[in-house]
Amino acid sequence: MKKNKAFSFFQYLFAIAITLCTLGPFSWLVISSISYQKELTKVPLDWIPNEVTFKRYIDIFTNPNNDIAYAFKVSMLNSLIVSFCVATIALIVGSLAAYAFARLKFRFRQKLIYLFLFTYMIPPVVVVIPLYLILSNVGMLDTKGTLILLDLTFVIPFVIWIMQSYFSSFSKSFEEASAIDGCSRFQTLWHIVLPIVRPGIIATGILAFLLSWDEFFFSLLFTSSLEAKTISVAISEFSGKNAVDYGMIATGGVLASLPPIIIVFLFQRQLVQGMTAGGIKE
Amino acid sequence: MFYKGEPIMKKQLSEQRFAWLVIAPACVIVFGIVIFPLFTTFIYSLKNMDLTSSQYGQWVWLQNYLELLKDKEFWSTTGRTAYFTGVSLTVEITLGIFIALLLNEDIKGKTFLRTIIIIPWAVPTIVNGAMWKWIYHPEYGALNALLTQLGLIDHYQSWLGSPWLAMNMIIIADVWKMTPLVVLFFLASLQLRNLSIYEAARVDGANIFQRFYHLTIPFLKPTILVIIVVRTMEAFKVFDIIYATTRGGPANGTLTLTYDAYLKSFTNLQYSQGATISYLIAFMILTLTFLYVKVLKSEGAN
Amino acid sequence: MKKALLTLLSIILLAGIVAGCSTSSSGKDGKVTINALFMKQAGYSEEDVKAITKEFENKNPSIKVKPTFVPYEALEQKIQTSAPTGGYDIVIIDAPWTAKFAKAGFVKEVSDKLTDSNRSDIFAGAIDSVSYQDKLYGMPWLNDTKFLFYNTDMLKQAGFDNPPNTWDELLTQAKAIKDKGISDTPIVGSWAQAEALICDFTAFTSSFGGALVDENGKPTVNSKENLAALTFMTQSLKDGLTNSKSTQYLEEDVRGVFSSGKAAFALNWTYMYNMANDPKESSVVGRVGIAPVPGTQGHNGMSVNGGMGLSVTKGSKHADEAWKYIQYLSSKDVQKRFAKNALPIWKSLYEDQDVVKTGPEVVEASKVQYENLENRPRVPWYGELSTELQVSVQKALLGEITPEQALDSVQKKAEEIASK
Repeated sequence: MKKNKAFSFFQYLFAIAITLCTLGPFSWLVISSISYQKELTKVPLDWIPNEVTFKRYIDIFTNPNNDIAYAFKVSMLNSLIVSFCVATIALIVGSLAAYAFARLKFRFRQKLIYLFLFTYMIPPVVVVIPLYLILSNVGMLDTKGTLILLDLTFVIPFVIWIMQSYFSSFSKSFEEASAIDGCSRFQTLWHIVLPIVRPGIIATGILAFLLSWDEFFFSLLFTSSLEAKTISVAISEFSGKNAVDYGMIATGGVLASLPPIIIVFLFQRQLVQGMTAGGIKE
Repeated sequence: MFYKGEPIMKKQLSEQRFAWLVIAPACVIVFGIVIFPLFTTFIYSLKNMDLTSSQYGQWVWLQNYLELLKDKEFWSTTGRTAYFTGVSLTVEITLGIFIALLLNEDIKGKTFLRTIIIIPWAVPTIVNGAMWKWIYHPEYGALNALLTQLGLIDHYQSWLGSPWLAMNMIIIADVWKMTPLVVLFFLASLQLRNLSIYEAARVDGANIFQRFYHLTIPFLKPTILVIIVVRTMEAFKVFDIIYATTRGGPANGTLTLTYDAYLKSFTNLQYSQGATISYLIAFMILTLTFLYVKVLKSEGAN
Repeated sequence: MKKALLTLLSIILLAGIVAGCSTSSSGKDGKVTINALFMKQAGYSEEDVKAITKEFENKNPSIKVKPTFVPYEALEQKIQTSAPTGGYDIVIIDAPWTAKFAKAGFVKEVSDKLTDSNRSDIFAGAIDSVSYQDKLYGMPWLNDTKFLFYNTDMLKQAGFDNPPNTWDELLTQAKAIKDKGISDTPIVGSWAQAEALICDFTAFTSSFGGALVDENGKPTVNSKENLAALTFMTQSLKDGLTNSKSTQYLEEDVRGVFSSGKAAFALNWTYMYNMANDPKESSVVGRVGIAPVPGTQGHNGMSVNGGMGLSVTKGSKHADEAWKYIQYLSSKDVQKRFAKNALPIWKSLYEDQDVVKTGPEVVEASKVQYENLENRPRVPWYGELSTELQVSVQKALLGEITPEQALDSVQKKAEEIASK
């Protein structure tokens, strides 16, 4: 293929623009997190700080006396626990259901699929008022367990939706052969089906983790103390009222973005497959 | 009728039983938590739940809905939500196509670009909001600094200070985060493209724009539709980024439906109004999805 | 590279889970546990409340208190959703919520629990903040109001020795400061679409002699006094005397602008005085003046009642213990010892040298201002009124509609809401 010079020039121009726009904002967040407040509030602004400080990061990991730093640390751990549990449970429960939807014939199959899709679509604000009253009555507010359960209500339908397309992507003959060999249904599932869809399971699990990591609305309403508060809530609380310590907000932001960014770098290929599998087949 | 003709599998659990067995946990968790509140909220929307009203708890049936549908403010909020959804979707898809096409070309640094493009999507929504709020800061913001130093503006601007501008600035923040996802979708489907058709078109003398319009766009159409469905569902419910940036202000310029429902339920104690708006949001999303799926199916048939 | 990242990730995950398992513990030793909901970042600090709570627990070994601190924005929502069921036994309530919560039956009436002699020693504004229709629904706890803060240096440079007594004087001084190039935009306010705007607006309207509702709770939003107040605000924006970014600012942003020496005048809560004098937070240390809010011809300078009280929720199962804790928190002894961050509700303490020592200027200004407080409308529909006001006043400030249009439209809506 011959390439037009001007065209190729525009391509590179575009590529540079994309790079700058993609990396710029987040880089600024990183720079803000290691700059002194003085430098951040300088006008005109220096883009590269003269001095850097890692004090905020050190505070978060080691200083229990700095309220905000401590709140960030604990809420970060809460987020990790909640998201990990949600991803694991949703993956097991959701994949089982997805298998049934994709491979088995049973009454109300189609209706149930729609019902799950519906629960994924409805805005969470529809259910929170009664939910709050119920949970408060049984003393389940402000715990990680509750938050996990609530997150599951939309992560499970999501897992079902994506896994379903993985399950329907291979031929039924595998299962039939295994049935002839005398395997029980669960044995078939474990020994035959599972290995085939393993890449899908990894991708879906990661997506589930990210989905729950990003969750905000339930955490905002149903948690209030460090017992269960997630990192998103901690950051929003901090940036809402105490709008002055920009460097600290930036530090919290960078830390909260780290787990998803690492995951995305590690599993990029699987993720793309996972996301597109769900979308394109449906 | 579901049991017929599978003699080999006799020893196994029946298909029906097995299916219900594996679906049960998902049903119990999801519907167990959601159904009752969903129903209760619907009741709220049909009752007067105003705690300070003398008619508390009485059935008003559709009155809440009628009042809301007559309310001009509600329609401007709906309009703003539609604006947010429409504009961010349009920009994300347009940008997404071009970026995907670029990443699909044989250019230097392609791998690097493909790796970094996904970063914005990994940044949590609340962090994204806080980050842009900081960038837009009227006194110390990076955007003000950048534009002043480039000589594009004279004074530091208040980016989130006027209603219409604030909405557009939030859209930029949303576009920054969500475009990568759109790019990934397009990249995946571009990989299935049949390149020999392009070669043939080129030989026939079709220029790059013609090829783009007549070959690429039709090819990507199903993907575009899927993206529209998925993203509309999300964008229409937008809450997090509004909460993290403007909280509906200034002068309601960034008040969206979900945020309105949240405010009504949790700040004004107007449970009925909050519930009614919530149901109307759900209804609108369902309608949109239904329409899209119709289009999708008819496209598929062609 | 990939391996390293993967290891890092697993370490993060493991650390999280281990930490999570070890933190869950709860005591079940026959003690009564009361849950109390407090607010972050105003008046008493979290450490103060925790210290007071410790004292209380030591004195009352059978009671355990679990305080929770949430930001102001999340407070109302937490109360509303938990009060009916007693999720919290004690909640802190802001003055304008009392009417609504009382009418909705969220909080217990406590009129008979406060003796007359105690009542007469508490500032009227503080009592107002927890009463509705002459009944008491909580114990006043925090006294707060907005003051006029000024930069003493800037005033001196512009040739003024004293802070303004009237808003007109303030304009004159601001103009001089702007003309001499001392500050581009001498005035800053917290006029974002939030409750903060209504707090400032209340101070303005009442200083102009207006009121948002009359004694019978009927809306009087578009009175000519209120109009004069709003016109004053919009005009100061138009003239460039008030920072145009004010419409995007909350109290903390105002503090930031004032502390960085960019503004000569600011309306803000008491807390700003100490923080603007803290070298770590501010570059105007020692140049901070605090004065009562200016008045107008024939009207005293009035400020907004920002008092907060502590109430026992209707659903609480340990109401007596909860009340005991509230009494301890608001006792003269405790309020005296912790006066550094929050001035007491008790009038008699303002003569106490220990209290005066914590901030003579603030105490001086407080004595005047606490006698000139205006409540935000004490009607059950205040929440809706505030929402409407925030939007319309902002539209006027942004120049989208005229002040007349803004107030007329709120008046119309308020009449509708009030008649419901």
